[in-house]
Amino acid sequence: MRPLLENTTSRGMSRHTKERVINIAIDVVLTAVCLLMILPLVFLVSNAFKTPQEMLAWPPTVIPDDPTVANFRAVLADTPLLRWIGNSILFSVLSTVCILATSAITGYILGKFRYRVLNVFFAIILATAIVPFEVYMIPLYFQAKALGILNSTWGLLLGYLVMSFGIFLIRQNVIHSIPDELLEAARIDGAGELWIFLRIVLPLLRGALGALGVLAFFQAWTAFAWPLIVATTRDSYTIEVGLALFQTGFTVDLGRLSAASALVLIPSITLFVLLRRNFVQGVASTGLKE
Amino acid sequence: MQHKRWMFALLALLPTLAIFAYVRIYPIGDTLRLSLHKWDILSKNKPFIGFANFEELVGDPLFREALLNTTIIAFGVLLITIPLALVLAALIYHRTRSRLAGFYEAAIFIPHVVSLVPAAMAWKWIFDARLGPLNALLTSAGFAPKSWLFDPVLSVLCVIVLCSWQALGYAVIIYLVGFKSLPTSLYEAAELDGASAPQRFWHLSVPLLKPITLYVSVVTLVSGFNVYAQAFVLASDAQGAPGRQVRVLVLDMLENSFRNYRVGYAASEAVVLLAIVLVLTVIQFRLLREKGRS
Repeated sequence: MRPLLENTTSRGMSRHTKERVINIAIDVVLTAVCLLMILPLVFLVSNAFKTPQEMLAWPPTVIPDDPTVANFRAVLADTPLLRWIGNSILFSVLSTVCILATSAITGYILGKFRYRVLNVFFAIILATAIVPFEVYMIPLYFQAKALGILNSTWGLLLGYLVMSFGIFLIRQNVIHSIPDELLEAARIDGAGELWIFLRIVLPLLRGALGALGVLAFFQAWTAFAWPLIVATTRDSYTIEVGLALFQTGFTVDLGRLSAASALVLIPSITLFVLLRRNFVQGVASTGLKE
Repeated sequence: MQHKRWMFALLALLPTLAIFAYVRIYPIGDTLRLSLHKWDILSKNKPFIGFANFEELVGDPLFREALLNTTIIAFGVLLITIPLALVLAALIYHRTRSRLAGFYEAAIFIPHVVSLVPAAMAWKWIFDARLGPLNALLTSAGFAPKSWLFDPVLSVLCVIVLCSWQALGYAVIIYLVGFKSLPTSLYEAAELDGASAPQRFWHLSVPLLKPITLYVSVVTLVSGFNVYAQAFVLASDAQGAPGRQVRVLVLDMLENSFRNYRVGYAASEAVVLLAIVLVLTVIQFRLLREKGRS
C-alpha cells in the first residue's frame, strides 16, 4: 500500500513541475511575440526624440542617448498638426454621437416591435452591411459635392452617420437583455413609448452602447480613403490624411515623421489602455454573429 | 393603443431609414448604374454603354496588376494571420489565469487599434533602404541590403507584413471568444483519455473552432481586398511618385475616377470589388450551413 501511495505523490509532483515548466515556456514565447508586436511602435516614439545622427545608429537605441524635442518643434512649425488632430476629434465625436443615436433607437425598434415590415428593413440593413464602403464612396463623394459640404466636417460625417453593425449589435442586446414583461408593465402603468425608451431601455443598454461608442470613435479616427477624397484642403485634413500627405513631401525626414506620428499615437494608445475592456468587448462582439 | 405604438415605431425609424437610403442605398445603386455608363465628371450627359467598361477592364494591364496585387495581399495576410492567431489565442487562453494575460491581450491588440498612418510610418522606417534596421540587420549578417519599398515584389511583401501585423490582434480576440465558449467537459474527458495538450488543440480545438476560422478568414480577406492606406503610405517614396506605389484595387479606382476623370470606368471596378466580396460572403454562408446540417 505504502509504495503505491509514494509512487502517486511523486508522479503528481513531477507532473506538477512539468506543467510549471511548460507554462513558463509559454510565457516566454508569448512575451517575445508581444514585445515584437509593440517594438515598431516603441521605436517610432523613441525615434521621435532622436537627432538625425542617432537615427542611423546600429543597433537602434530604445532610449535616445541625447533626447531632443527639435523634431516636434519642427513638425509643429511645418504643419497645422494640432488643427488636423482637432478636425479628427470633432469628426470622430460627431460620428460616434450619430451612430449611437441611430443604432440605439433603430436597434430597439427592430428588436422589440413585431411588424412584418420591420423584417424587411432589417434585411436591407444587413444586406448593405456586406457592401464595403470603398464600393460606393465615389458616388457618395458626388452627393457631398452636390450638397456643397466638401472640405468640411459635415462632408466627412456624411460617410459615417450610420453603422449597420451597430444597429445589429443593439438589436441583439435588446432581444437578450431586455425582458418584454418589463416593457409591458411600464405600458400598463401608462408610460409613453418615448419615456420607456429613454428611461428604461437606454439605461439597460449602457454597456453595449459603451462598447459600440468606442468602436465607432476609432472607426472614424482611423478612416482614410473617405477623408482623403472629401477633405482636400490643408485646413480640412484629418490627422490620418494630413500625416499621409505630409510624408510624401520633398523635405521630410524620418525624425519629423516619427515626431508627428508619436504625437498622434501616444494619446490614442493611452485612450485604448484606459478603455481596453470596452474595446475588447466591442470588437469581440463583432464575431458573435449567431 | 396599438395604433400609437405603430406610429412611435414609424417615427423613430424614419430618420435612420432616410439616412440609410441617402448614404448607403442610393450610392450603392449609383455605383451599379454608373458602371454601365461613360462619365467624365465634366460633361452633363452620361451615355449608356452597356458592359463596355467591364470589357475594357479585362484587357487593362493596370487593372490586372491591381487585381493581382490585391489578391496576393489578401491571401498573403490570410495565410500569415489565421494559423498564427489560432496558436497565439490557444496559448493566451491556456495562460488566462496568469498575471500576464492582460498584457498579452493588449500588446497583440494594440497594432489593430492604433491609427493606421502613424503605425505605417514605423514600418516605413523599418523597411527604409538607407536608414532602416532591417537592412542594417541584413548587412551585419552578411547579406546584401535590399530596396524593400521600391522593388515591385518586395514592396507587396512589405504591405502583407504591415497588414498582417494589424490584422493579427483582431483574429486573436475573436479566437479567444471562441476558446472561452468551448465545452470544458469535452477537454476534461480527452485529458482523462490521455490526450496531450497539442493533441487536444489539433483534434478538438481546431475542428470545434472551424466556424470562427471561417468567419475570421472572410473578414480578413474582405478587408484585404479593400487595402489602400497601407499601400499608400508604405509604397509612396519621398517624392510621392505614383508609378512606384503598390497598385491595389482601391488605388486604381480612385486614380481612374479623380485623375483620369473616368467615373463610370471606376464604378465598374467597384462592382468587381463588390462581386469578390459577395462571392466570399456566399461561400462563408454555404460552408456554415453545411456544418449546421451535418
